[in-house]
Amino acid sequence: MPDARINIPSKVARGEPFPVKLQIRHPMETGYRTDDVGKGIARNVIRTLTCRYNGEVVFAAQLSSGIAANPFLSFFVVARAPGEMIFEWIDDAGVKGSDRVDVNVA
Amino acid sequence: MKRRRLIQGAGALALVACVPARAADNALPSIPALSAFLAGRTPRFERIRLELPSIADNGFAVPMKLTVEGPFAPGPYVKTLRLFSETNPVPAMAAFEFPLPLERIEIESRIRLAGAQQVVAVAEMTDGRVYATAREVIVTLAGCMDGT
Amino acid sequence: MRCPIALAALGMAAIAFAQERPISPPDLRSGIAFAGADVRAMQADDNANPGFLWVQRGAQLWQANCASCHGDAPASMRGVAARYPAYDATSQSMLDLDGRIEQCRVVRQKKPAFGRESEDLVALGSYVSFQSRGMPIAVSIDGPARAAFDRGAAFYQERHGQMNLACTQCHDANWGKRLFNETLSQGHGSAFPAYRLEWQAVGSLQRRVRACLFGVRAQMPAPGAPELTDVELYLAWRAQGLPMESPGVRR
Repeated sequence: MPDARINIPSKVARGEPFPVKLQIRHPMETGYRTDDVGKGIARNVIRTLTCRYNGEVVFAAQLSSGIAANPFLSFFVVARAPGEMIFEWIDDAGVKGSDRVDVNVA
Repeated sequence: MKRRRLIQGAGALALVACVPARAADNALPSIPALSAFLAGRTPRFERIRLELPSIADNGFAVPMKLTVEGPFAPGPYVKTLRLFSETNPVPAMAAFEFPLPLERIEIESRIRLAGAQQVVAVAEMTDGRVYATAREVIVTLAGCMDGT
Repeated sequence: MRCPIALAALGMAAIAFAQERPISPPDLRSGIAFAGADVRAMQADDNANPGFLWVQRGAQLWQANCASCHGDAPASMRGVAARYPAYDATSQSMLDLDGRIEQCRVVRQKKPAFGRESEDLVALGSYVSFQSRGMPIAVSIDGPARAAFDRGAAFYQERHGQMNLACTQCHDANWGKRLFNETLSQGHGSAFPAYRLEWQAVGSLQRRVRACLFGVRAQMPAPGAPELTDVELYLAWRAQGLPMESPGVRR
């Protein structure tokens, strides 16, 4: 199960932009912190994120340690056909994550 | 004693009120990563709005809202939005890409700031034109240390 | 579920103690009232509140570990977190919510403990606490809980650490005033487990109390130490009537 939450309106109006809110549980470790014994904690941030709506990329982001832990993103997408929205991301450790949501178009 | 504190407080308030005005000067801070991205292009200081608190509760998570005002159609539309930090160890904070024409460009996120600084937002259009803005944020330390 | 007479007795006890409470009910304020605009905005929007990432994880853990006995959490756990810490007859000790979850896991399910402050325990605690969101804190300090309450009250009044400060000095006598760039809150635990910006994660009330002790340069009790549960009970009594806010957001 993904460690993420996606929120979009339960029904969106065709042709109109609708808000998409995403939160991912991820430390976005900067690489500048040290642990209790002084050893450096390696950088591990989500690097790339894509949002596909019915297979087409409608939004993408390149992130860095400058984005806060447990990244939150809100942006707009224009409603077209009903279907699904899929988020995919990958971090420095090579761990991939994904989450999806149904899009209901009025 | 009380009056002196009031004057000190008013002075501090005036200082804080002055700070955002500096960001409105259409001059961007010198950030090598930003200059590299601009590649000689002169940005216009209009249409793009970067909302950040003037004093952040905690540098670990500072709420940010970035808007570019339309309408864009039928002309060039926003291709990417970029954020640059003046003093973070990693100056290129984020890039947001819009592969399809979109009229409503409004992004919210939370950024990390390593101390008080200016943050620069740049919008790049499909015809290469750039719009930019900067905001100053004061980042304070927590009242008590947290060793947990 | 509870006998109405017991409820009335609880009410009477609450009223009897109301005058002794350092902050009287009309002056009670949640920590959110002392927080900055950004923190308030994060807590106000369930879709932006990072605490829900832990609540969601807790829901998954609930399904996998707890649902077979406890069924649907919104039904079975409603109001539960609001009355913790509580006296547990089985172990004859005061348990905070995380302690109660661990007891279920170790004693009843015969599984290894999650571990205090572990991601899983914090997530489950967040999920269960969320089921009481909006409900007034209502702990019992009667009978076997009384000794723990007295210890917790004493701890609260006692000076700690190199800075030689007692909780009461900031949170009873000086709430609303500034400490460096922060406004001192009344020190209630109603928002916990909470997402603390400083932690970049959700943490328990015990973690927050330990952090405060670190702040006055005192030795921190280990997570789960009985004195922390005693203080939690005292804090809950002190905050009675305030609504539960978990998952809260704090700086």
